[in-house]
Amino acid sequence: MSWIAWKMLTGDRSKYMGIIFGVTFASLLIAQQTSIFCGLMLRTTSQIRDIRGADIWVMDANVQYIDDLKPLSDIELYRVRGVSGVKWAVPLYKGLSRARLEDGNYQQVILIGVDDATLVGAPEKLYEGSLSDLRLPDAIIMDRAGYRQLWPGEPFRPGRTFEMNDRRAVIVGICDAQPTFQTFPVVFTRYTQAQRFVPRERKLLSFVLAEAEDGIPTSELCRRIEDQTGLRALTGQDFAWKTMVYYLTRTGIPINFGTTVLLGFFVGVAIAGQTFYTFTVENLKQFGTLKAMGLSNARIVGMILLQAVTVGAIGYGLGVGLAALFGIFTQNRTKLAFYMPWWVLVGTGAAVLLIVVVSSLLSVRRVIVLEPAIVFR
Amino acid sequence: MVRMTSVVQAKTVVTCRNVTKEFGQGEARVLALRGIDLDIFAGELTLLVGPSGCGKTTLLSVIAGILDPTDGEIVVLGTDLRRISNRQKVQFRGENIGFIFQQYNLLPALTAVENACVPLVIGGLSKREAVQRAGRLLSEMGMGSRLHAMPSQLSGGEQQRVAIARALVREPKLVVCDEPTSALDAHTGQLIMELLRDIALQSDRAVVVVTHDARVFQYGDRIARMNDGRIVSIETNGNSREL
Repeated sequence: MSWIAWKMLTGDRSKYMGIIFGVTFASLLIAQQTSIFCGLMLRTTSQIRDIRGADIWVMDANVQYIDDLKPLSDIELYRVRGVSGVKWAVPLYKGLSRARLEDGNYQQVILIGVDDATLVGAPEKLYEGSLSDLRLPDAIIMDRAGYRQLWPGEPFRPGRTFEMNDRRAVIVGICDAQPTFQTFPVVFTRYTQAQRFVPRERKLLSFVLAEAEDGIPTSELCRRIEDQTGLRALTGQDFAWKTMVYYLTRTGIPINFGTTVLLGFFVGVAIAGQTFYTFTVENLKQFGTLKAMGLSNARIVGMILLQAVTVGAIGYGLGVGLAALFGIFTQNRTKLAFYMPWWVLVGTGAAVLLIVVVSSLLSVRRVIVLEPAIVFR
Repeated sequence: MVRMTSVVQAKTVVTCRNVTKEFGQGEARVLALRGIDLDIFAGELTLLVGPSGCGKTTLLSVIAGILDPTDGEIVVLGTDLRRISNRQKVQFRGENIGFIFQQYNLLPALTAVENACVPLVIGGLSKREAVQRAGRLLSEMGMGSRLHAMPSQLSGGEQQRVAIARALVREPKLVVCDEPTSALDAHTGQLIMELLRDIALQSDRAVVVVTHDARVFQYGDRIARMNDGRIVSIETNGNSREL
């Protein structure tokens, strides 16, 4: 009977397209908004993911997320180094600074100071320049998006300067960095250099990056560091989660996006459900005819579910396809955060399945209680 | 056109005894059938006639097993329809009863031959085989050139032929027709009735036709006249018996 169900579904093109449109729209809205939400959440952790080469982040015990900076005393670096099982530990500065450009304009930048000796935490991928140039006096490496933001349309010019805290900063390289939540340019420099690029404070150590000795589990070392120093020690992944959880629980972002996603779901139920329900109700006489001719309720329910799953699958495919195209199209042209992990696809699929199942169940009820005697009316 | 009655009584296909049917409750209660006694025989074309609202279609629905009587006995092809489950009734209908409707009730998205093969597909036959068999039957009925036409491309008479083919394709022992000619012009209606007569005669099956179209009375072997939910007379080959 599946071919009959398919022909009944596609026989009336306008209604068929209407149902597909409803499901596609819902699917697009859910997948796109969830992906933008994921993109934003990912950006909150971009600076954690950009710092490579260290297993463990050590910070003040009250730090809640990456930008919640509670500077440590320099002595804490040595205390961490003193914990048994620490292979090495290096300082990391992270903060905001104000860049004064050649034309007199000011721009906030994210300043990251990496260990002078090892350069642990420095960017791995450079488009221009060399990492060793970071050892030059006043040297900084800027992310490509930041450079384009400060000097739109201009090619990279080695030795270009600007000022931070009345100190000259010389751009020696252009690196790749994840887009940040605040969309400020990211500037990498040495730790000691970073201390000069910001106003003097008593404590300037933001984090200590550490690595475990071979054979010692990272989680075990984190526990030891916390026990012995009273500081918080987290793996990069745990710190990223902690940051995301903060944004999820302390900001209105999830509610805003959740509302839109929920709206997409309800719009989907409303459009697809209503159209599908109307479609089935208008076909009641046809179903009645089939029932009179000996088609059981179970097989009719199967036909309706097949129709629902078919429009659901097509609408889902079109919806997530359009959402993905949207992501690809906007990725390099705008600053829109967009990240579509596999579970967004699965979640959207589940939502679409729910939409079509709810819609078809409403219709199925009408068909099941339908008396075949309707065919003679 | 009235066929001579066989000396030997044909096999009884449908037996109705004191069948009643009520709709609604309390003051809204309507008694649509009031103690119907009727026998329908194989090889005969039985007409249920009477004014609108007299209960013809309700009786047809009860006979076809798509409406349960409120009371009484209804036996079709030896099966007491009140003693079988709904599921068994659905299967029984599929295997033994063919339906022809006033408005044809063809599925608009299927071609003529696809429509005609639906009962075979319901019966479990593959689409390919079902289409072949339905195609042969439609060709025998003069529809060979219209097999792949959509219902919207067919005339009323052609649509009714497809509906008849659909009703017969599974070779049922009972065919029930609700006003099969009322949507057709006189000539086409006559052709359709002749087609029904031929089928009834050739296949030794019973055909029950509900109609209020006096022009088709001539095709009935047995004419049951109804009024106000009762059969008031049964006419056989011009002999009328008042009840």
